[in-house]
Amino acid sequence: MATTTTTAPGAGPFAGSRSFISKLRDGDEIARLITFLFAASVVLVTVLLVYELWVESALPRHKFGLHFLITKVWDPNLDQFGALPFIYGTLVTAAVSLLLAVPLGIGAAIFLAELAPAQISDILEFFIDLLAAVPSVIYGLLGVFIVIPLMREYIQPGLKNTLGFLPFFQGPTYGVGFLTAGIVLAIMVIPYIISVSREVLLSVPRDQREAALALGATRWESTWKVVVPFARTGIMGSIFLALARALGETMAVTMVIGNTPTISASLFSPGYSIAAVIANEFTEATGDVYLQSLIELGLVLFLLTFILNGLARLLIVATSQRGSGVGQA
Amino acid sequence: MKQIAGLLVALLLLAGAGIVLADNPLTINGAGASFPYPIYSKWFDDYHKKNSNNQINYQSIGSGGGIKQVTEGTVDFGASDGPMNDDQLKAFRDKHGFDILHFPTVLGADVPAYNIPGVSAELTFTSDAIAGIFLGKITKWNDPAIAGANKGVNLPGNDIVVVHRSDGSGTSYIWTDYLSKVSDEWKNKVGKGTSVNWPVGLGGKGNEGVAGLVKQTPNSFGYVELIYAIQNNMPYGKVKNASGNVVKADLASVTAAAAGAAKDMPADFRVSITNAPGKNAYPISSFTWLLIPEKFSDAAKRDAIKGFINWMLVDGQNEVEALSYAKLPKEVVAKEKQALAKVQ
Repeated sequence: MATTTTTAPGAGPFAGSRSFISKLRDGDEIARLITFLFAASVVLVTVLLVYELWVESALPRHKFGLHFLITKVWDPNLDQFGALPFIYGTLVTAAVSLLLAVPLGIGAAIFLAELAPAQISDILEFFIDLLAAVPSVIYGLLGVFIVIPLMREYIQPGLKNTLGFLPFFQGPTYGVGFLTAGIVLAIMVIPYIISVSREVLLSVPRDQREAALALGATRWESTWKVVVPFARTGIMGSIFLALARALGETMAVTMVIGNTPTISASLFSPGYSIAAVIANEFTEATGDVYLQSLIELGLVLFLLTFILNGLARLLIVATSQRGSGVGQA
Repeated sequence: MKQIAGLLVALLLLAGAGIVLADNPLTINGAGASFPYPIYSKWFDDYHKKNSNNQINYQSIGSGGGIKQVTEGTVDFGASDGPMNDDQLKAFRDKHGFDILHFPTVLGADVPAYNIPGVSAELTFTSDAIAGIFLGKITKWNDPAIAGANKGVNLPGNDIVVVHRSDGSGTSYIWTDYLSKVSDEWKNKVGKGTSVNWPVGLGGKGNEGVAGLVKQTPNSFGYVELIYAIQNNMPYGKVKNASGNVVKADLASVTAAAAGAAKDMPADFRVSITNAPGKNAYPISSFTWLLIPEKFSDAAKRDAIKGFINWMLVDGQNEVEALSYAKLPKEVVAKEKQALAKVQ
């Protein structure tokens, strides 16, 4: 019963071969087929997604062309739509979050994997996994009730008084804005970085550490110069997972970013992100160009994620070659 | 195997009998505005209790979605906080060959909310002050345009932080419709809509988002839906209306705004009652509408919907104030009953 239904979709390419049916009896071929279909469905969903976004955004693509990407105006009444402030906000908040989360996350992962006693490490790991599972609206509320007041009363005035000569820390301090969104995103992505990096560090073979120690390295030298470089690819992977979440996060960002399409060097300025504006305006978007512009924003976000992921792959390839060189020396 | 088959047949028979016994209620689907959702769901529930053979389902997906779905014919009726514009009406007519009608159900209003440290007095805002603040031209709390209407209140010279809705909403539609009427500059530069290109300010998601930002941010000024302000005991300001009277928004002053507009009510009910004439009219008020197709192919559905509207206009109106909605003035109810005859 099960074999007839599962072979039906895959039978096409192999039709006519009788030995194929006998192969199916072994189970290996069935497993191969089923897993292949599962893997192919991922690609299929991605292709369908891009296709839908592309088709459904035809109007603004023809009306605005590439200007859509470099125009600042977003005016539903005039049917003028430009994505630049949203692209800017998405990139800036993601960059701020990674700037904060990467050192913290990797530092914590190194402590948990290399330095902490196993029991403490396991207990903390439990809490970190718990944090990773918290819904984003909860982080948004945390942002609204704790981070925003702290930012407005202490952190932003403090930064303004000490580093106010930098263009990043100027202007009025509302509490909401790029910096606040970046901080809330950092809190959200740190568990991902810690959890994945810790696993990767733990999977570094024991011989690597022992060899380093045998050559006279201190504990820290063996960790920093041998274990971390060995795990570099996996750690990079954790960072890109974090980046993907930061780029696409919607609810928590819209609650703390200020929802104003602005481009400003100041991190205190309120801003807007692609995911946030889609979530905010989609339900009430009435005009065809308006609605399709929001869909085109979705396409832009997809491409942005795609490009950043591609760059990430290149970076991994480049650094892992260098990494292996270090390993040999 | 035989036993299982026998059991299945028995089950099927039972299920069939169940369906017959339940008398298969007529299901009517609607979708649209979220602002009137609490009263709509109570109405549909109460109406179902009285007429158990009708079941009205309503999804509060937003006014834009309601207009879109009723135009596409995926729901039997729509609901919207802003009237459909001429293009939308034409799109409906082109697709279906007949018109869609607007039926006002209840009234809503926007109120100005503010947070000025050290000022506990209830402030009064003129239309010039509200438009100036939202255009970014009035930037300080002690600006003469604000201070002039609030003699005796010691307003600080701090910068005003403007807060508006970030999500598309009927609440923003009412606010920008009002601003478009009282300020030519607003009308030409920004215009009205559920989402607009705000000249200044921070965006908060939902009434709760705006209220949260106003409560938290010193020297802020924003707007929320009246019902939200009443239910959350939020202080809010008074507004000077078109007749020059200072009016505080409450259910009576919102109904008064509708009564003022009732005389000149167009036959299709697509009327804006912001800045309405009338001594006690609260100027930032609006109807919310049901969108009913003029023709139904299913007579049972048509009769059920007409029955509901008739009930809503009389008995239903007695339920609205308990949920903090302002009820329709008598003049409008009478006109709607006449208009209902157009639905065939």
